[in-house]
Amino acid sequence: MKNELGGRAAIAGIGQTEFSKESGRSELQLACEATKTALDDAGLKPADVDGLVTFTADETEEAELARCLGFPQMTFFTRVPYGGGAAAGTVMQAAMAVATGAANVVVCYRAFNERSGFRFGGSGMAGPMASMPLWLSWYLPYGLLTPAAWVALHAQRYMHEYGATNADFGKIAVVDRKHAATNPNAWFYERPITLEDHQKSRWIIEPSLRLLDCCQESDGGVALVVTTAERARDLRQKPAVIAAAAQGSAWDGEMMTSYYRDDITGLPEMGVVAKKLWRDSGLTAADIQTAFLYDHFTPFVLIQLEELGFCKPGEAKDFATVENLSLGGRLPINTNGGLLGEGYIHGMNGITEGVRQVRGTSCNQVERVEHVLVTAGTGVPTSALILRRE
Amino acid sequence: MTMRLKPSIGRDTQFFWDGVAAQKLLIQRCSGCGKLRHPPRPMCPHCNSLAWEAIESSGKGEVYSFAMPHHPPLPFFEYPYIVALVQLEEGTRIVSNLCGIDPSQVKIGMPVEVFYESFDDGVVLPLFRPTQEKP
Repeated sequence: MKNELGGRAAIAGIGQTEFSKESGRSELQLACEATKTALDDAGLKPADVDGLVTFTADETEEAELARCLGFPQMTFFTRVPYGGGAAAGTVMQAAMAVATGAANVVVCYRAFNERSGFRFGGSGMAGPMASMPLWLSWYLPYGLLTPAAWVALHAQRYMHEYGATNADFGKIAVVDRKHAATNPNAWFYERPITLEDHQKSRWIIEPSLRLLDCCQESDGGVALVVTTAERARDLRQKPAVIAAAAQGSAWDGEMMTSYYRDDITGLPEMGVVAKKLWRDSGLTAADIQTAFLYDHFTPFVLIQLEELGFCKPGEAKDFATVENLSLGGRLPINTNGGLLGEGYIHGMNGITEGVRQVRGTSCNQVERVEHVLVTAGTGVPTSALILRRE
Repeated sequence: MTMRLKPSIGRDTQFFWDGVAAQKLLIQRCSGCGKLRHPPRPMCPHCNSLAWEAIESSGKGEVYSFAMPHHPPLPFFEYPYIVALVQLEEGTRIVSNLCGIDPSQVKIGMPVEVFYESFDDGVVLPLFRPTQEKP
């Protein structure tokens, strides 16, 4: 099947609030601020917007955002499921909308008080839940009730099969914090860590995940403006053309607990996405100069490197050296500091960094960027995209 | 440990919890193609049959993966506790707790067997322990 999406749409504007531990304002306000900033960045007005895409997990109603920004009318609005797995999926939906004429200018947004409000990594799920979802009934009664714990059962089996160690996971944290240290917008600006710091951090889930293997919890908002590649050319910024964008699910998957497949050491959803991205774009892993690999938990960054074809299954522990993944290395990743170092805005802040790399405006700019890969949340049905220069 | 979060029970999962209450570990078997599945769901993904029966597991298996959550602290667990992904003899996997073992001794591949424990509010859960050697 011929892909007709590649090259038709572009990200023309990016906006974000500060990333903090307590924003002190409503999630709706964060969404408004990020959206207005993104429109200003693109050189567009609220009246130009006729579409919205967000996560099913987002609390801000489309109509409320439209009332605040003053969008006179919209012709397209939709949501993408599966938590952070939605991130690049929002851009894919927006790109399809502008490519088909369902809308002309679509804003993708995500805003939350994930640190000062309901924390995904907290013990909130152990509170009195009116009705525990059926699927969680296989896990919560046994005390397996945080995203870290869900990931740990995969990570432990991965360590067992491939001989990876917790220190191998720690290299991802070191890279992220190294890049965050030179990003003034990062929560961990000027606070790099060593592998020794990582190894001294306390266990969250023994013996696979330490504190520094787990991303931050953050308050903040991010918005992206998507329009046709043609229109983006005439706007204020250099367009980040969407070379390919894909969503993916795979056989026998659950939301974070896909423990029943023959092999649980991979992320086959990302494999599905990768195959589609490479086929649709005609590119290979070798064509990517820098990537944002969703880093809610470090083990899944290693596995993503394998699913995306940067190395073979089980070889990420050797490929993923601090040198290889840092600025100046073979594949610099998470140049904004990632979710561990910059902030956890459910992967949307990886897309903004991808746009900056294409524009040439990152504070950790990679040289000669042609193509940037950005992935979304893993362990769930997911998504990813490739951005390129005009 | 006397309190546990109470599992929700739906039409597709009722038989499993009825089995646990009777101290039986049940696995769904497709009546169309005979394949086993867990967690329970109404349709077989292999042959799309809606017909199924429950078979009783031997309750024996091995540790396929494990984790020891430390944070955030949960008021109703004694630490450390071990969450195990158990591969049953019959071939399906199930998440549960591994009890009666020093956490440092847990190894992937070690043989385990089911037992049942009652908690407050009528909650009964299938838990696992290292296989007892028969005298």
